[in-house]
Amino acid sequence: MLLISCPNCGSRDETEFHYGGQAHVPYPENPNELNDRQWAEFLFYRDNTKGAFAERWLHSTGCRQWFNMLRDTVTYEIQAVYPMGSPRPEAAGKVTAETGTASLAPDSTTTGTAAPSTTGTSISGTSNTPASTTAPEGATK
Amino acid sequence: MSADLLPEHPDFLWRNPEPKSSYDAVIVGGGGHGLATAYFLAKNHGMTNIAVLEKGWLAGGNMARNTTIIRSNYLWDESAAIYEHALKLWEILPEELEYDFLFSQRGVMNLAHTLGDVRESMRRVGANKLNGVDAEWLDPKQVKELCPILNINDNIRYPVMGATYQPRAGIAKHDHVAWAFARKCDEMGVDIIQNCEVTGFVKDGNRVVGVKTNRGTINTEKVGLAAAGHSSVLAEMAGFRLPIQSHPLQALVSELHEPVHPTVVMSNHVHVYVSQAHKGELVMGAGVDSYNGYGQRGSFHVIEHQMAAAVELFPIFARAHVLRTWGGIVDTTLDASPIVGNTPVENMFVNCGWGTGGFKATPAAGMTFAHNIATGTPHRLNKPFALERFETGALIDEHGAAAVAH
Repeated sequence: MLLISCPNCGSRDETEFHYGGQAHVPYPENPNELNDRQWAEFLFYRDNTKGAFAERWLHSTGCRQWFNMLRDTVTYEIQAVYPMGSPRPEAAGKVTAETGTASLAPDSTTTGTAAPSTTGTSISGTSNTPASTTAPEGATK
Repeated sequence: MSADLLPEHPDFLWRNPEPKSSYDAVIVGGGGHGLATAYFLAKNHGMTNIAVLEKGWLAGGNMARNTTIIRSNYLWDESAAIYEHALKLWEILPEELEYDFLFSQRGVMNLAHTLGDVRESMRRVGANKLNGVDAEWLDPKQVKELCPILNINDNIRYPVMGATYQPRAGIAKHDHVAWAFARKCDEMGVDIIQNCEVTGFVKDGNRVVGVKTNRGTINTEKVGLAAAGHSSVLAEMAGFRLPIQSHPLQALVSELHEPVHPTVVMSNHVHVYVSQAHKGELVMGAGVDSYNGYGQRGSFHVIEHQMAAAVELFPIFARAHVLRTWGGIVDTTLDASPIVGNTPVENMFVNCGWGTGGFKATPAAGMTFAHNIATGTPHRLNKPFALERFETGALIDEHGAAAVAH
């Protein structure tokens, strides 16, 4: 069971949420100009990332609001929660339920201390994310 | 007991060769589908200078994690054709492979719990009959006669209003199926290479000419991808996309019991499917976890939901215990049908998207995929399952019909 930090309601069980798949897939700007291949891409093709994945969730039995989440699809670790419409965070971090905005600060709930700034580094390379989260399968078995 | 009283170690069923520098074809994925593909490449097409690459141990992925249900009662013509062909192959394979993997045709029952279910089910029985698939409709009394431990009272949340029944369906010992294929492949000269993870592909323009692995680069003329949940990862390495989403799918077993469950019962509506393994464990599966995942584990509430449904349908299960739960990574498509065919990369072929129901298709997937790899063009049975269907719109929508639970 995932424990998900809703930006509006705080930490709740996964059973309160509905999964919405990959985030940041906009409706085509000029649908009439798309060919079949491009339509297929929009309708049926989604990233199937192994590692940090930006995805949408709906707090269906709570505030009924959509939000985005950055989650590792191997460890299932939730790395960031951020509002719809915001760009994917550059670095891993966790949302504070009070503000509902993406936080680039490291996860203070697990470390208990402030960690060094991770600005400018990739998600898998941040200091508070084990390198193994994007390692080959052998590391996760 | 002292060591000298122990029986001799049985003969190994296959070699563990070092990879050669080149093969005529390389299959990526040493699960059921990969092994079946290699078997049919060797047997039907005389291609024996081939290798099956497996990143872990043979048949340790979904082949070891499924609930072993075999059936062919799918709604649409394209699905019925390929799954029924698989079922016919299952019926002759124990003899052909000279290995009794305990294919038990004890029947599969798909329960109907609502009026909508009943209508859909009856429609599917009709469609199955037209396609030569054995199927019948059972009323609740007949359901009870076939499976006495089922609760057919109408005072439960989802009462049993009837069921479809396919008598020729059943279960098999999945590990033994893999070993049977592996032994025959090995006998015909196929190299099965375990602990060999693919890390990339070598291409000449848009044509694949080699496979990079953690044990060196292997030159090859043809590559067949049969990696189920990791198909997208391989496709990305090769430079194309697949309309696949990988999800955790969980199953569980109880401790051993006396035989109480004579058939296989599936309920799409309440998301549980149950059989009793030859040894006596109750084997149960559920629906997928909603989120994308490569972790080979899922969330516990899915198990809880599945057990609640199982106990309502089978009240005596309340006294059983969950012994073990596990998860696999299933490769789902949006029309709940597989993708078998050519890819945008020349000489690279893909067999994936079997989602939650790949085990039952193993022989037919192998046979058609081998044909596609050997000849470069699809077999008539896998032609409708080409990647292009997502562009043409000729989807084979088995959602609801063949159901969420395969």
